[in-house]
Amino acid sequence: MSLSKHLELTGVSIEFPTPKGPFKALDNVNLKIEKGEFVSLIGHSGCGKSTVLNIVAGLHKATTGGVVLEGKEVDEPGPERAVVFQNHSLLPWLSAYENVELAVKQVFKGQKSRAEMKSWIEHNLELVHMTHAMHKRPDEISGGMKQRVGIARALAMEPQVLLMDEPFGALDALTRAHLQDSLMEIQKDLNNTVIMITHDVDEAVLLSDRIVMMTNGPAATVGEILKVELPRPRDRIALADDPQYNHYRHEVLSFLYEKQRKVEDIDQHRTVKKVEEAAVELPKKRAHG
Amino acid sequence: MSSIRMTLAGVSSIAGVKSNDTMSSWLKRSARALGLPLLGLVVFLMIWQAGAKQIHTSLGEFPGPSQVYQQTLSLIADHNAERARESDFYDRQEKRNAERIAKDPSYEAKIREYTGKPTFFDQIGTSLVTVLAGFFIAGLIAIPLGICIGLNGALYSALNPIIQLFKPVSPLAWLPLVTMVVSAVYVTPDPLFAKSFLTSLFTVSLCCLWPTLINTAVGVSAVSPDLQNVSKVLRLSWGTHVVKIVLPSSVPMIFTGLRLSLGIAWMVLIAAEMLAQNPGLGKFVWDEFQNGSSDSLGRIMVAVLVIGLIGFLLDRIMLLLQRAFSWDKKAITR
Repeated sequence: MSLSKHLELTGVSIEFPTPKGPFKALDNVNLKIEKGEFVSLIGHSGCGKSTVLNIVAGLHKATTGGVVLEGKEVDEPGPERAVVFQNHSLLPWLSAYENVELAVKQVFKGQKSRAEMKSWIEHNLELVHMTHAMHKRPDEISGGMKQRVGIARALAMEPQVLLMDEPFGALDALTRAHLQDSLMEIQKDLNNTVIMITHDVDEAVLLSDRIVMMTNGPAATVGEILKVELPRPRDRIALADDPQYNHYRHEVLSFLYEKQRKVEDIDQHRTVKKVEEAAVELPKKRAHG
Repeated sequence: MSSIRMTLAGVSSIAGVKSNDTMSSWLKRSARALGLPLLGLVVFLMIWQAGAKQIHTSLGEFPGPSQVYQQTLSLIADHNAERARESDFYDRQEKRNAERIAKDPSYEAKIREYTGKPTFFDQIGTSLVTVLAGFFIAGLIAIPLGICIGLNGALYSALNPIIQLFKPVSPLAWLPLVTMVVSAVYVTPDPLFAKSFLTSLFTVSLCCLWPTLINTAVGVSAVSPDLQNVSKVLRLSWGTHVVKIVLPSSVPMIFTGLRLSLGIAWMVLIAAEMLAQNPGLGKFVWDEFQNGSSDSLGRIMVAVLVIGLIGFLLDRIMLLLQRAFSWDKKAITR
């Protein structure tokens, strides 16, 4: 066994300063990821999944501990750790093509000729089935299409690690299934390491080699890691009846809803309740008014 | 047979109702689009006419719509007469010079400029040139400075008190200072620009650069964190980040600032021309006020309407530019 893995998170903790003192979001997160591995992070909302992803991306800096990719410590963001953002984050003044072009020009400056860049951009848009609308701007296409362009942009950077923050959350079920399939295909070809945040248990089991289940915050950490040993290529229809597949689903569900059922202490409960009340009050008021 | 006829009748009656419906909805829509503004205008003219009759000044009755119409015609006639006199003057000069040269070939012809009184329309032209030049200079200063301030928090903190201090200063307070500085600094034997033009110009620039400056700074500093993350992940260089992310994303705010600035520039200019007796619409209004003939109030009213119309047109032009150059097509049309 080699001493250093492809991607390694060691003792990662992070504290955010708040007026009431530091807030510890993550505590001692340890994770080793092999090259070409597909890892999902799953957990209740607010457990710090996105924070883990942002630390790997280099957008947040761990308070203690750190991330090492291919023997190099991660200390700033970079295209070798491309991010597919939760809310697509396309530049609204550029067309889909131009959005991908911005990334390609930046990453392959001096490596690809103009014509090569063009065909590479088109190839990546093809992967996410966006060639028909590649000259449209983000405000002219649907939310799902925007997310596809976001994925194409990340793929076009040819990253060592692809970081995806609930990439399919905004998509309709059919598009989501389609994109999950193409993501599996792409990953098989490019063999890049993927870390994906998801809320969707089926998605996690279908796509992942390992599912990292996180405990509830604050001071969240890795609870359990489930190895998914289903043969690839995976077929969603065949798997629906597969006892092994259903066993994995059961494992994740029982972690989320039995072991890590959201049990909050009184203080936390109060603040959460306040937020929830505020969210509920608004429509109520409208309905009464 | 009869049943067929009945269905036919039914169909035609349904079709008739349908076309009537679309017809009436079309009428309703065009009534809303055209009729209501027109109605507003007519009501306004009636109230103006009736109200004007009630106001008696030392220069006679307050001008109503009909007097304003007459004065508009008379201003046009004045303008045409002045132009005719000008061309007559040049004709005579040319003829005289030709005669002198015919008599004595060594004679060097003297060409003198026509020095007639500027007409109402000349004053409009002067005002437009001044306001656009002043606005241009303001933009030239405000946009780059706003970008610097927006990008640099420390610079923003340092300059913010100064901006807030000078922003509310009235043009009339600046005017004496600008006048004195221009006459002290701009001393050349062969001036390219009239001093009065420069005074108006700088007063306008000083007053109208603030909205553009502030809006640019806010637009630049308020680039969405998501887009900044994209820029970080792509490791864009500082220059590329500014050109590709910051500037495009602040274009809508910059245009909003420019529109506000142009509106202020136009208002400031009229006041400055009036106070400083610099050529332009402001001077026209002041001259008519000093003139004190029975036509004066009517002429001032024409100027008021023209000032309003030009201000409106300038704003529309800015809006069209905004639509053409800004990616955010939801620009406010108010």
